[in-house]
Amino acid sequence: MNYFPDEVLEHVFDFVASHRDRNAVSLVCRLWHRVERLSRQRVFVGNCYALSPEILIARFPGLKSLTLKGKPHFADFNLVPHDWGGYVQPWIEALSNSRIGLEELRLKRMVVSDESLELLSRSLANFKSLVLVSCEGFTTVGLAAIAANCRFLRELDLQENEIDDHSGHWLSCFPDSCTSLISLNFACLKGEINLAALERLVARSPNLRSLRLNRAVPLETLQNILMRAPQLVDLGTGSYIHDPDSETYNKLKHTILKCKSIRNLSGFLEVAPRCLPAIYPICLNLTSLNLSYAAGIHGSELVKLIRRCAKLQRLWILDCIGDKGLEVVASTCKELQELRVFPSDVLGVGHAAVTENGLVAISAGCPKLHSLLYFCQQMTNAALIVVAKNCPNFIRFRLCILEPTKPDPVTMQPLDDGFGAIVQSCKHLRRLSLSGLLTDRVFLYIGMYAEQLEMLSVAFAGDSDKGMLYVLNGCKKLRKLEIRDCPYGDKALLTDVGKYETMRSLWMSSCEVTLGGCKTLAKEMPRLNVEIINEHDQMEIGSEEQRVEKMYLYRTLVGPRKDAPEFVWTL
Amino acid sequence: MESKVAYDNDLNLKATELRLGLPGTDDREEQTLFSARNNKRPLPDTSKECGSKKKSDAQHVDNETAPPTKAQIVGWPPIRSYRKNNLQPKKSDQAEVAGIYVKVSMDGAPYLRKIDLGIYQGYPELLKALESMFKFTIGEYSEREGYKGSEYAPTYEDKDGDWMLVGDVPWDMFMSSCKRLRIMKGSEARGLGCGV
Repeated sequence: MNYFPDEVLEHVFDFVASHRDRNAVSLVCRLWHRVERLSRQRVFVGNCYALSPEILIARFPGLKSLTLKGKPHFADFNLVPHDWGGYVQPWIEALSNSRIGLEELRLKRMVVSDESLELLSRSLANFKSLVLVSCEGFTTVGLAAIAANCRFLRELDLQENEIDDHSGHWLSCFPDSCTSLISLNFACLKGEINLAALERLVARSPNLRSLRLNRAVPLETLQNILMRAPQLVDLGTGSYIHDPDSETYNKLKHTILKCKSIRNLSGFLEVAPRCLPAIYPICLNLTSLNLSYAAGIHGSELVKLIRRCAKLQRLWILDCIGDKGLEVVASTCKELQELRVFPSDVLGVGHAAVTENGLVAISAGCPKLHSLLYFCQQMTNAALIVVAKNCPNFIRFRLCILEPTKPDPVTMQPLDDGFGAIVQSCKHLRRLSLSGLLTDRVFLYIGMYAEQLEMLSVAFAGDSDKGMLYVLNGCKKLRKLEIRDCPYGDKALLTDVGKYETMRSLWMSSCEVTLGGCKTLAKEMPRLNVEIINEHDQMEIGSEEQRVEKMYLYRTLVGPRKDAPEFVWTL
Repeated sequence: MESKVAYDNDLNLKATELRLGLPGTDDREEQTLFSARNNKRPLPDTSKECGSKKKSDAQHVDNETAPPTKAQIVGWPPIRSYRKNNLQPKKSDQAEVAGIYVKVSMDGAPYLRKIDLGIYQGYPELLKALESMFKFTIGEYSEREGYKGSEYAPTYEDKDGDWMLVGDVPWDMFMSSCKRLRIMKGSEARGLGCGV
């Protein structure tokens, strides 16, 4: 390999695309490390506190695309207090002061301020793509800066962010000269939108492929937009309500016939089911359908729609589809790869309308299924065993039985055997979320069989420290472990401390770990940040036996973070 | 505090055996000692926090499987807060799609219920829901004999004010003409055999 000039190596490395492979390449020898890092354009940072912006910039001077994740996953469920951290500002400051010509920034669970967005828009001349998922801290003022200043913007994708909406003028901030938009998603904005500006923007964006509207965009505007952009591949409707006898609706029906490229459909945030027939003609081409916010479509209307979508590969739906509706999915969508069934009753106090029967039907009808998120009323071991046999290809399997610690309702047994069958059968399983009544035995199975498991989420499960130890010992590829309300204590935490340096992070809340245990861990492993979240000022300094309510630890190159708030103690 | 299955043995093959047969065939399997887990946790004194309320409830249970009060567990079910805040409930302010709520009375029951006809796919689902709601069973529907063999008959008042037997007309027609439901009992019900 010494005989090849660097350019040849670089050319070879061009074909190595995935982050993991490139990381592996960089470990071979110093030469490869150097060539790799100088040619690397895309970097993924799973935990923004694992390193510093300076380290990143020094290593990858050719950086064009950066993905950053901030808060721990359980922040999605309000388990992490506000102001915990995850600020993108230092990263944007460092990047703007460097020579890096960043073009794409993808953030998840980070705090993004208007100031950050303005700085980004002014200092990165070649910036093309901004993707924000589950972020917070910014308003439409920041969006206006992006629209106004990023001359070559191709993508603005806002997914499920909490954005303060100060009115829809940001859309008007796209200059007339901006014609490069390929993807625009503002479905999560709650406020009004300048509809005329939107229509003009679409009209001057010939490359627009993906457009997801918010609730404030009415059907008339949708009609006008589709007329100007029949080339759309991905469409998210806003409000989909009209009088089906009207002229506008009639026009829409004809316009949609020209939209032969639509493969992804979502939205229907408000919907009049009697207007659904207009979209029937495009259903057959759909590969992805997200109705998980379309609470207004249910019962027979929902089933009628699904029956037309024979080519679906991805389906996100609410549980009001019911077991019967899932049987229709199973018989219609033979190409299905990913299914997510969300609860329509989000407080979780009512009844989920799906049970194990729906899942069994799906597994029988959709053998290509590899990703599942399923909120349900109940589950049985027998059903899980059948599912495991029917679908051995699961990569992601997340099951949430709404009532915590609920046993198999038929046998009243824990669900250990059912989940055991899943991990034994699905040899490529990378992500698993458990629920229902579970003993240590399920973790024994996981440790034994889940060889590819990278992420495990556990709640209200297990009997003793052994459960956690089975997992830590057995799952060699484990990267993220998050546990809540389980009886794991210091013994489980401290038996294999070296393991945590092979992982990205560990979250434990409402378990049995003590302050003393966490301190011991922090002392033995200086390259971990062991953070205690002392939310309601419960903890007293010095009392080692007191239980720690929330602990989050992660490996890092840069020691304790300097932006930790008062209630976060880094031990 | 361990389950009686002995994990302490090195080669406890029985414990590690992954049986693909139906569960419940091995008597040694026991339910988790739920109480054991509860007893381990000392009662935190922050009574205002939702999570701890759940624990204190569980403390008082010995061998029942008492799941924590659903509405009070922080961060459960695990749904993104964005979704929780933004999912419009079905019965929202959508001009064209009001839920089709009808009253349901049952002879002998102390109070009436209301159901949304729109959430059912058809008669079988509706009848199952009624059976479950009022705790009774209904016979098989037949055109000739109505709900023969059961003590109860589901009836509805249609737009004309007549009391009809549920099941005679197509589901969509039923949904649009049904004003209220009544589960009739016994002798009254017999008179509603269809076709007579």
